[in-house]
Amino acid sequence: MLAGQKLRIVAMSTVVAAFAVTSGSALAQKKYDPGASDTEIKIGNIMPYSGPASAYGIIGKAQAAYFQMINEKGGINGRKVNFISYDDAYSPPKAVEHARKLVESDEVLLIFSPLGTPSNTAIQKYMNAKKVPQLFVATGAAKWNDPKHFPWTMGWQPNYQDEARIYAKYVLANKPGAKIAVLYQNDDFGKDYVKGFKEGLGDKAKSMIIVEESYELSEPTIDSHIVKLKASGADTLLNFTTPKFAAQTIKKMGELEWKPLHIITNVSVSVGAVMKPAGFEYGQGILSAAYLKDGADPQWNDDPDMKKWIAFIDKYMPGANKADSGLVFGYGSAQTLHKVLEMAGDNLTRANVMKQAASLKDFKTDVALPGILINTSATDFAPIQQVKMMRFKGEKWELFGDVISSDAKH
Amino acid sequence: MELFINQVLAGISTGAIYACMALAIVMIFQAIDHLNFAQGEMAMFATFIAWQLMQWGVPYWWAFLLTLAISFAGGVIIERLLFKPLAKAPILTNVAGFIALFAIINSVAGLIWDFTIKQFPTPFGSSPFLGSQLISTHQAGMIGVTLALLIALFLFFRFTRIGLAMRAAAAMPESARLVGINTGWMVALGWGMASAIGAIAGILIAPVVFLEPNMMGGVLIYGFAAAVLGGLTSPLGSVIGGFLVGIFENLVGTYIPGVGNELKLPIALALIVIVLVVKPTGLMGHTVVKRV
Amino acid sequence: MSTIQETAAEAHPANIDVPSKKNMGLGRTASWAMLIVLALLPLFVRNFVIFQMTMLLIYAIAVLALNILTGGSGQFSLGQSAFYAIGAYTAAILIEHGGVNYVLTLPAAGIICFAVGFLFGFPALRLSGIYLALATFALAVAMPQLLKLGVIEHWTGGVQGLVVTKPDAPFGLPMSQDMWLYYFTLVVSLAIYIASVNLLRSRSGRAMMAIRDNEIAAAAMGVDLSIYKTLAFGVSAGITGVAGALGAIAVQFVAPDSYTFQLAIALFLGMVVGGVGWLPGSLAGAAFIVFVPNIAEGISKGLSGAFFGVLLFVVIYLVPHGARQGAIYAETLFNKLKRS
Repeated sequence: MLAGQKLRIVAMSTVVAAFAVTSGSALAQKKYDPGASDTEIKIGNIMPYSGPASAYGIIGKAQAAYFQMINEKGGINGRKVNFISYDDAYSPPKAVEHARKLVESDEVLLIFSPLGTPSNTAIQKYMNAKKVPQLFVATGAAKWNDPKHFPWTMGWQPNYQDEARIYAKYVLANKPGAKIAVLYQNDDFGKDYVKGFKEGLGDKAKSMIIVEESYELSEPTIDSHIVKLKASGADTLLNFTTPKFAAQTIKKMGELEWKPLHIITNVSVSVGAVMKPAGFEYGQGILSAAYLKDGADPQWNDDPDMKKWIAFIDKYMPGANKADSGLVFGYGSAQTLHKVLEMAGDNLTRANVMKQAASLKDFKTDVALPGILINTSATDFAPIQQVKMMRFKGEKWELFGDVISSDAKH
Repeated sequence: MELFINQVLAGISTGAIYACMALAIVMIFQAIDHLNFAQGEMAMFATFIAWQLMQWGVPYWWAFLLTLAISFAGGVIIERLLFKPLAKAPILTNVAGFIALFAIINSVAGLIWDFTIKQFPTPFGSSPFLGSQLISTHQAGMIGVTLALLIALFLFFRFTRIGLAMRAAAAMPESARLVGINTGWMVALGWGMASAIGAIAGILIAPVVFLEPNMMGGVLIYGFAAAVLGGLTSPLGSVIGGFLVGIFENLVGTYIPGVGNELKLPIALALIVIVLVVKPTGLMGHTVVKRV
Repeated sequence: MSTIQETAAEAHPANIDVPSKKNMGLGRTASWAMLIVLALLPLFVRNFVIFQMTMLLIYAIAVLALNILTGGSGQFSLGQSAFYAIGAYTAAILIEHGGVNYVLTLPAAGIICFAVGFLFGFPALRLSGIYLALATFALAVAMPQLLKLGVIEHWTGGVQGLVVTKPDAPFGLPMSQDMWLYYFTLVVSLAIYIASVNLLRSRSGRAMMAIRDNEIAAAAMGVDLSIYKTLAFGVSAGITGVAGALGAIAVQFVAPDSYTFQLAIALFLGMVVGGVGWLPGSLAGAAFIVFVPNIAEGISKGLSGAFFGVLLFVVIYLVPHGARQGAIYAETLFNKLKRS
């Protein structure tokens, strides 16, 4: 392997020297790390295509389709993207195996958007030791924004804790005397929300939260938890659940005629995959925050940016269900990587990729809500930090208030 | 006290889900003498077929009947095609076959219908039942169907020739063959019936938990627990087991302080193991006398 | 390495069917050949492949442990992932919180898991077949939830898990961490393999197999059922725990999501594919659970689960008794060739 690298360097310097003679120094700055060349950029990816989290596999498929589209349009700065995606079945040991395969065997330039907090935690140390970018990870844990200790790891979506703090602020401002019930999924996702929410309430957390209830992913229905929460007499429900359980909650609450102030997470706001199955009549007045547009929401049908997304789905993923929020997410994150690689130009080293990823200024993806911009810096590895509050009305979400930024550090 | 009654009622309504699934499990156990891990996935697939038929405009009850017929045929075909060749293989190899079937069905369903949740209609409506908001008319209907199914199964096994032949084929294959029962086809028939009962379970469960490829994962664990608790040989036992598991679980979650809510499934399972230790063949199973 | 005769070959138990062919071990030549391949291969491959081979050995140990339980004493377990998890967490907690040397965490994991397995063996005594399967399955389902419990979160890291430091090669040996860990794992696996073969060949082993083949007859001959059955559970759990500890060190991370019942099912499949009761088959079984999912997803991303299922069906149709059957075919063929 070492010998190969040396050979490549020799070959490259010969080429560079040859060009230098003929065309001055124009191409002297072309620099490559493993995985990049004049014709190709190799990108690795890890997704749960099988196993308990297979619902998220659609994100990887959308990203693969996005790069297929880019390749058909001529690639990034003339280079084709070779997107190599592996299935870890949401198992951390398997994620480690695949990360190593991508870095050591496939020799990718970077690993993009690996999914899940456990899998990313498992590979984080390895990626940083190897100095290979672990870019735009697909999880909302707060710990990805830590450039000091993990300069090769960067998140993408707003983190769960910040989002929960926004809900806490909203409750404090609009319903200071609330009796709050919290329902959460007993894993890293749910617990991050609970943590952020409690921090957001500050001293008042103890007196305002009157009941906390957790459920396991393996439970077929969470109806009995709802019964218990209703019996507690709470008048506000913070519902930190994933889509299927959010839909179950909304439906059961409707049947029980329990109508507290109800806030759900932005993971579960899909109109087609949560609100519609739960029943629009039960969803009226629910609050949440969002940063991406909803692919099945008709209010974006005439949005010029969203039209690009619709055209993309129709052409490259025909038959896909537009209500699946994974399709929007995958497109948005892939477009962000596209931008970073474009900015990196001919200097496709791993260090430069991280440097460019940390210099995004007011970048806007086609699928982000109006006003939601991506900004990063050498000390800020949290690309999306803005959300908008919204309220469900009729058959769609109505945005209200200003763009809320969560970058105030705690 | 009110909370107690509420939790028991909520337990009964979730218990109905487990009971439904447990019936299908007992059915297959009667036919092949072991458990089919792919049972839940087969039920899920059948439910998707029903959903698809309705999307194409077939009315509910026609879709229901068609799905039952398709599931029955599907069960028979799976047995003939995939498991008959394994009839002479060790039982553990058969179990591996069930796991393979599980993986195949789950993956194919995900590819065809993707993983977003889908609403599934109910013929019973979902308004409060008899004034209690805790049990909806759908859940009451579900309990009703489960009980009707139970009676039908009881009559089938007790009074029809074919039911008797099936029991004989599962319990004593050699003797059954001697009296002229085609045991191979009895097994296939058992697969078909279990598959059809599973389809009913899936169709009844889907309106509550929403339709998606992983919907039966959790249900299957609880269904197994219910069936084993009730004694795998008794349909009545399995239904009672289903309700007990549902109630158990809720009471554990509500009344055991501290860890109760976090550990309600483990504690419920531990209780079942304790019951089994005291009564190794389940609540209503009969003891099998071992021959030396 | 060692060959032992199966004692009671006639009567098969009701639920565990072990082919009554002769060997529990592997022929001498084959053993040495295998060992040489395992010892030399890392010198010629990339670090990533060495890591995969380490995982292969670790899963092979875990499959072997299940084989001792099922193939040895006829008890069936779908709960091995629970013991694997306890072993892994024992190692992770000792290394990260206790500063204990990683080598010492293996016996610790083994002892703790032996104790847990032994205790679990008691209620399991009353259960058999499907009822035992459910009880052990319950353990596997419960384990991730137990690991997440708030009261022990300080040590386990709760839902976030624990990151484990990977050991360097000792004495300034000029080899990578991966290669060192591989040879370390290889030595541990060999020791466990030899000990297991000898265990099954010993008086206790023969007693266990007598129980497997016919419980009532064994009892009539004076075998103390409860001691040997619980002992089998303990030994199996202890070995699984060692595998779990090695796994935690190799992967450098433990979390509840790593030890779901899917792992228990994978280990079970490994045993079936390797051949129930045939210890060398554990390696073949482990190879199946490590590599076949990769092959399946190589065929199709969207249908990786389906292709995994299809490949599994293919294997069990071809060799319903697992790799052992393949080995027997190969041996017969080899002998024929030798004679002609």
